[in-house]
Amino acid sequence: MNTILSKEQLSAEVFRMEIEAPEIAQARKPGQFIILQMGGDFDERIPLTIADASVERGSITLIFQAVGESTHRLALLEVGDSIANLLGPLGTPTDIRHYGKVVCIGGGIGVAPLYPIVEGMKKAGNDVTVIIGARTKDLLILEEDMRAIADRLIVVTDDGSYGRKALVTEPLKELCESEKIDCVVAIGPPVMMKFVARTTAEYNIHTIVSLNSIMIDGTGMCGGCRVIVDGKTKFACVHGPEFDGHLVDWDNLLLRLSTYHDTEDEAHHRCHIGLHIKEGEA
Amino acid sequence: MHETREALDAQAQEILKENEGRELKAKDRIQIPVQSMPSQDPVVRITNMHEVALGYTEAQVRAEALRCLQCKNKPCISGCPVGIDIPAFIAKTAEGKFAEAAAIIKESSLLPSICGRVCPQESQCQLPCTVGKSLKDVDCSVSIGRIERFVADWARENNQEVIPTVAPETGKRVAVVGSGPAGISAAADLRRAGHQVVMFEALHKAGGVLVYGIPEFRLPKTIVEHELKTLSDMGVEIRRNFLVGKTRTLKELMEKDGFDAVFVGSGAGLPRFLNIEGENYVGVFSANEYLTRSNLMKAYDRDHSRTPIYNSHRVAVFGGGNVAMDAARTAKRLGAEEVTIVYRRTEAEMPARKEEVGHAKEEGINFLLLHAPLAIVADEKGRVNGVKLITCELGEPDASGRRRPVEIPGSEKIYDFDTVIVAIGNDSNPLIHATTEGLEVNKWGNFIVNEETLETSIKGVYAGGDIVLGAATVILAMGQGRKAAKAMNEYLATL
Repeated sequence: MNTILSKEQLSAEVFRMEIEAPEIAQARKPGQFIILQMGGDFDERIPLTIADASVERGSITLIFQAVGESTHRLALLEVGDSIANLLGPLGTPTDIRHYGKVVCIGGGIGVAPLYPIVEGMKKAGNDVTVIIGARTKDLLILEEDMRAIADRLIVVTDDGSYGRKALVTEPLKELCESEKIDCVVAIGPPVMMKFVARTTAEYNIHTIVSLNSIMIDGTGMCGGCRVIVDGKTKFACVHGPEFDGHLVDWDNLLLRLSTYHDTEDEAHHRCHIGLHIKEGEA
Repeated sequence: MHETREALDAQAQEILKENEGRELKAKDRIQIPVQSMPSQDPVVRITNMHEVALGYTEAQVRAEALRCLQCKNKPCISGCPVGIDIPAFIAKTAEGKFAEAAAIIKESSLLPSICGRVCPQESQCQLPCTVGKSLKDVDCSVSIGRIERFVADWARENNQEVIPTVAPETGKRVAVVGSGPAGISAAADLRRAGHQVVMFEALHKAGGVLVYGIPEFRLPKTIVEHELKTLSDMGVEIRRNFLVGKTRTLKELMEKDGFDAVFVGSGAGLPRFLNIEGENYVGVFSANEYLTRSNLMKAYDRDHSRTPIYNSHRVAVFGGGNVAMDAARTAKRLGAEEVTIVYRRTEAEMPARKEEVGHAKEEGINFLLLHAPLAIVADEKGRVNGVKLITCELGEPDASGRRRPVEIPGSEKIYDFDTVIVAIGNDSNPLIHATTEGLEVNKWGNFIVNEETLETSIKGVYAGGDIVLGAATVILAMGQGRKAAKAMNEYLATL
């Protein structure tokens, strides 16, 4: 069960793994995620969005960034190893339908979960423009995969090391100015999604965002993932993870994401020492 | 003053010696003092996660069993949700025939080690006890739960448990959704009838609330593992990491995967919040989250667990039930200097087991009674630094029969806290309902079932435990699991 079928390093800290999981592959839809736990009493449960799946191969694909102790340890697994616990698919799928002109925006690792949504939006007959961005060239992922399915692809980097030197909101604003956009989907760091939502609000464009709040069980049981949407408390794991970006209380999300920052920083540093990995190299 | 297990045992030995060979009359029995439960010293136990109550010694359990009058009308049995023949197992205990006592309990209850620890005996079997009635104090009733626990532990530790026999295979397949007390008992009875049983659990460990909710210091996880192993030994397949409603829908299980019937015991898994200002600040947790981090994810073991838990100094716990006590006592063990239970009624109305309230007090938990939370306040980083509370007084009784707390205008005050744990109950998890067409639920999302059979609005689908009852107890869930299994066995026989 949950055997790793293939593994590939996409950038400095980003890995792609194809994992045998026939039931999840069959049930999953774009926008959904899984939770994995690497076994034993002490490992944490990590939510990761499903980047792709194949019913024929009975597999799902995860793309993750080694940012914490557990994702670093996940990155050390090899083909043939298996992941002890894998639960999914979780969350409500993306509301995919024929909107007309759709702009899909991915920032950093957020480009991975965006991929099946772009695919779905294309299948639903939309004209899809994709904007992908990263801090720097080395952190950019899935450029070729996106180019193959999108009607148009715009690549930006913060430092200008590749593509256009810009934040994703700059080309987005230009698109909003020049044509009629019917729907925007944004997945990436919360700050990026916040500013995408702010940009599209001016043009009154329906905007879907995917929130990555802190989770344990992923089934609605713990309430750790609660976010404020339209003034009401929602659980990202069951009501989301996707919400109307114009109604999300971004400041509260950012505050809540910082809950364990002190312990996490310490753990990240410790795992680089413990696993003999250099900083910045997963 | 804390009494050691040795001292309590010596007292019990004396009682046994005095009464040896005597024909005991009711008057003599009533005069035997209640045997106290030996426990870890509070000063020590707040620094560890080990079980607080250590269990009776053999002398203690026999002395306590001597207190039972073996009365003819047996009011205790009607107080037990699963109708254990209490006087019979107590009589065997008094004789020292513990294996026989255990076998009597097992006829009615599948999980006596667990129920002996977590049942609210003072409001069930021990409430109508004749001894307690004659002494006009429910605390002086025969300690049925403590005797049950001893007997069940003894049988387990001495390999004297009756392993349930399984009838010849019927070829019928049953899915059990959820591996908590309702699911465990339903699965056991369905398997005993010879059906193939697959139990589905969403988390990476089976046991439901027994594993994620109830702390180690109240229910050691090795006991839960033992009960689950018994199920596996009987041939029940336990599939973890499988969320019915997401991985497969209930209908897919029946229509595609060939299950002839389904029992849903998915629990009350959606934490309730107060909907007051500031409830989403950093440092506010549902009791479910706080306890799951500590119990399931072992965050209390900071050196090994990879799941963090909040560093707290002054903790407010909202609520007065067992979960509130568990959360408060966990926070204390994790190092919080001050932990306060905030409850809007008085101690008399608290739904928690008396023993848990007592243990919490011994451990230095503060009780701020007749206070209701109005708002949570935070610093500029959104981290909790206080709670605004209002003083209440008790008014007229409400629908639950408990006197309603009435807020006293103008009595609001901000109290200094850095962490808030909300333990005011759970609503039912909507996942299965949302993905199953034709399944009827009430306005709280609880499944509507036939009271006799526990069958839902869908033929062949039964439900029990918190998903039907709302947040209730382990023993009630267990009772419902058995009741549903009985009806399911009858239904499956007709297929």
